[in-house]
Amino acid sequence: MHASDLTDITLADARDGLAAKRFSAAELADAHVAAVAAGRSLNAFITETPDQARAMAAESDRRIAAGEARPLEGIPLAIKDLFCTEGVLTTAASHILDGFRPAYESTVTANLWRAGAVMLGKANLDEFAMGSSNMTSYHGAVENPWRRQGDNRPLTPGGSSGGSAAAVAARMALGATGTDTGGSIRQPASFCGIVGIKPTYGRCSRWGIVAFASSLDQAGPMARTVRDTAILLGQMAGHDPKDSTSVDLPVPDFEKALDQGVRGLRIGIPREYRIEGTPPEIEALWQQGIAWLKDAGAEPVEISLPHARHALPTYYIIAPAEASSNLARYDGVRFGLRVPGQTLDEMYENTRAAGFGAEVKRRVLIGTYVLSAGYYDAYYLKAQRVRARIVEDFRNAFEKVDAILTPTAPSAAFGLGDKMDDPIAMYLNDIFTVTANLAGLPGLSVPGGLSAEGLPLGLQVLGRAFDEETVLRVGHAIERAAGFTAKPASVGGAA
Amino acid sequence: MSLIEGRTGSWEVVIGLEVHAQVVSHSKLFSGAATAFGAEPNSQVSFVDAGMPGMLPVINAVCVRQAVLTGLGLEAEINLVSVFDRKNYFYADLPAGYQISQFTRPIVGKGTIVLDLAGGASRSVGITRLHLEQDAGKSMHDQHPTMSYIDLNRSGVALMEIVSEPDMRTSEEAGAYLKKLRSILRYLGTCDGNMEEGSMRCDCNVSVRRPGEELGTRCEIKNVNSIRFVMQSIEYEARRQIAIIEDGGTIRQETRLFDSGKGETRSMRSKEHAHDYRYFPDPDLLPLILTQEFVDEIKAGMPELPDAKKARFVAEYGLTPYDAGVLVGEQENAAFFEAVARGRDPKLAANWVTGDFFAFLNKAGKPIAESPVSAEALGGLIDLIRDGTISGRLAKEVFEAMWETGKPAAVIVEERGLKQDSDTGSIEASIDQVMAANADKVAEYRSGKDKLFGFFVGQVMKATQGKANPALVNEILKRKLAG
Repeated sequence: MHASDLTDITLADARDGLAAKRFSAAELADAHVAAVAAGRSLNAFITETPDQARAMAAESDRRIAAGEARPLEGIPLAIKDLFCTEGVLTTAASHILDGFRPAYESTVTANLWRAGAVMLGKANLDEFAMGSSNMTSYHGAVENPWRRQGDNRPLTPGGSSGGSAAAVAARMALGATGTDTGGSIRQPASFCGIVGIKPTYGRCSRWGIVAFASSLDQAGPMARTVRDTAILLGQMAGHDPKDSTSVDLPVPDFEKALDQGVRGLRIGIPREYRIEGTPPEIEALWQQGIAWLKDAGAEPVEISLPHARHALPTYYIIAPAEASSNLARYDGVRFGLRVPGQTLDEMYENTRAAGFGAEVKRRVLIGTYVLSAGYYDAYYLKAQRVRARIVEDFRNAFEKVDAILTPTAPSAAFGLGDKMDDPIAMYLNDIFTVTANLAGLPGLSVPGGLSAEGLPLGLQVLGRAFDEETVLRVGHAIERAAGFTAKPASVGGAA
Repeated sequence: MSLIEGRTGSWEVVIGLEVHAQVVSHSKLFSGAATAFGAEPNSQVSFVDAGMPGMLPVINAVCVRQAVLTGLGLEAEINLVSVFDRKNYFYADLPAGYQISQFTRPIVGKGTIVLDLAGGASRSVGITRLHLEQDAGKSMHDQHPTMSYIDLNRSGVALMEIVSEPDMRTSEEAGAYLKKLRSILRYLGTCDGNMEEGSMRCDCNVSVRRPGEELGTRCEIKNVNSIRFVMQSIEYEARRQIAIIEDGGTIRQETRLFDSGKGETRSMRSKEHAHDYRYFPDPDLLPLILTQEFVDEIKAGMPELPDAKKARFVAEYGLTPYDAGVLVGEQENAAFFEAVARGRDPKLAANWVTGDFFAFLNKAGKPIAESPVSAEALGGLIDLIRDGTISGRLAKEVFEAMWETGKPAAVIVEERGLKQDSDTGSIEASIDQVMAANADKVAEYRSGKDKLFGFFVGQVMKATQGKANPALVNEILKRKLAG
């Protein structure tokens, strides 16, 4: 088999191919290591780990030969550089974590390695996962492998899991881990034409993941098909006693759920998501998605999420508040960057001034402000109250419907560096996604079609808490109907 | 009411105490790291305690149980739902940049503590709350000329912060409060109360006012580490505040330190950023929800506490409230007393335990567990007094010998020939001798100078080398002197 054939297959096909010994884990790893090297211009990886990949693949081949293959045996993955990996540089795309090699492995990645997966490297992201464009990475922006038709200017892969999304879309990895605090898996999945799911809060352990906003952060998989995503999620998820917010529930067989179809499911269409100024093609795709599900036997039901319009401002109070606290530990005392000063305070100030980028500083300042005495009630407390209302909206909605369908993002991928001078315009990228984080619900993005400029557009499926199975079923039905086969030109797609 | 006389009149001191009591547990509040005292710096630190990226806290059930037990011991409300908050501030010994504490919803609410005051008096002081929080690390400023070293061994150790109402009015009351609190904590086994090792630390809030007026501005004296220093610092601080106000000044609310060498409090360098802690509920921890069954089960296993024991000692043994109070201060002392008193005269037992026994113990600076005289041995001595083998006076000599040699009382009495002489014949003979030798005094006595009786007793005891049974001496002397 050609190396490009080994990188252009699905994760499920790779699994079956390895099991049938049509190729070895070593060949699969080599092909991906080569693709990672060949794709360096996209800047999707901060750290490549080819030696580790080959060593892990060799172990996989040994196990396959011995008939001891594990569920993800030999599957090469990209790991968002927000997951702590033992002995491997972990940066959160920030200068302040200079040289940080954790002495521990995050629970999610440990689960993946235990299942036999192979690590290709640490994927680039927005600094501390704060951003929707990947422009805030200290290690430079990631480029989206997609280009507009007839226009070679680089585009954003979205963020914050932009490196993960670009790596999967550009056939550098069969799948990747992401984290999603306000849409950081779903929006880049949408921009890069791949699938990504933010599971229910508590489904995947947060232990060993560099925290951004603890009550919103959730790890999830990104891959090129819904099936691949389901397979990965099954291995990432599970109860972890080291994370007090991890839920002790059995992990269903997500892959099995896909074949159940959507006949008889009621699909909620929230009227509040018809936002003025949304491009017509986004609206058209949404209608198309509704039609596909109807054709597949589901029943669209108009629903109301009356507090949804408050979700974005609520999110941009709670997330910075938690971030300002979570990022206090980066003080130059124990690890990472230290810039000396005459006094302890001066050392903190110098270190944090040099170590954090503009977007991180902006959010830390906002967070410090909304938590400060005299403003706490007006901002943080009020935001928590609105959050409770949003949760209630969804609870009411899910009494009537089984899943909710919306667009993932208000646009296709935009130009690299665009919107950087307008934080509010940038924050609007999360307008459809943040509600799921505030309510802790599962949300999936699946490619639905192409924009007029030939760029991927995603549809979002939201579900009940811990009902990823229904979300994946609905996503699978859309995927089938959409028949999305487009690829970036760089990997053989139509230019 | 106790008042301090100033230059311009009387002042009332208002005192509230915040005690940080280290929870007795094998591991920290939110990590599995150990908590032993005196370990090598940074040898008891987990990734969680060091605030490493991606680390998450998990509540230690033992610490929760200890806090509930303490709350019950303080007759306080147990809150079945409590919340852990983050208290955000920067300091090198605070690795995560925040302390996990309880702010608006503590695990224990209002309670009461009864103070034992001089002369057997007692009074109640309100407890405002008890909450759980993590300790910070320790900065060591003397290891390097320009840098400070950080020891994170204490980082994450569970503390109970026990806050009193501003109900105390004198430094003696503050001292009595700390003694009583420490006693309760030790009875419960929830804190060892060892102030020298820092497992119990006290912040004192002190203000002064004219009697009946509104509360004055308070100053907080941080981290005082002995009951004596707490009392000294309050005395000093109250007089300092009175002097300022009487000189026309005003008290600025501030944090002060107590310099035990100089016996004075002084202003702490104020930290600008320390004023706004930016509390908010810790998103890494769910609210702590307890069941009433859990609380009831802990309550059912509670030991008898000092107040109940004191009441029982008064009722059951007929002790004075003062003696009972002294005996119940430490659980070990009370148990020792009860072992001595078992089957014996409890008052005699109490006198011996609180008298000679405690005096020797204090002088030797030993804990009761290391006493060379066991409860059984002391009981043996009391038995010899009871059955008339030795006199009370001789018993003191015997006790001293017991303390020095560790031998039982009977053995010492035997070895040293200290047995009391209760032979009326020989006592009579000694009395006759004494009366013959002091015929003039006998005449004086018989003419009405009955104060001389003591003189005759002394002479007889001297003649018998103290061995004569004092009761018999009294009886026979009286008869013979009466003629």
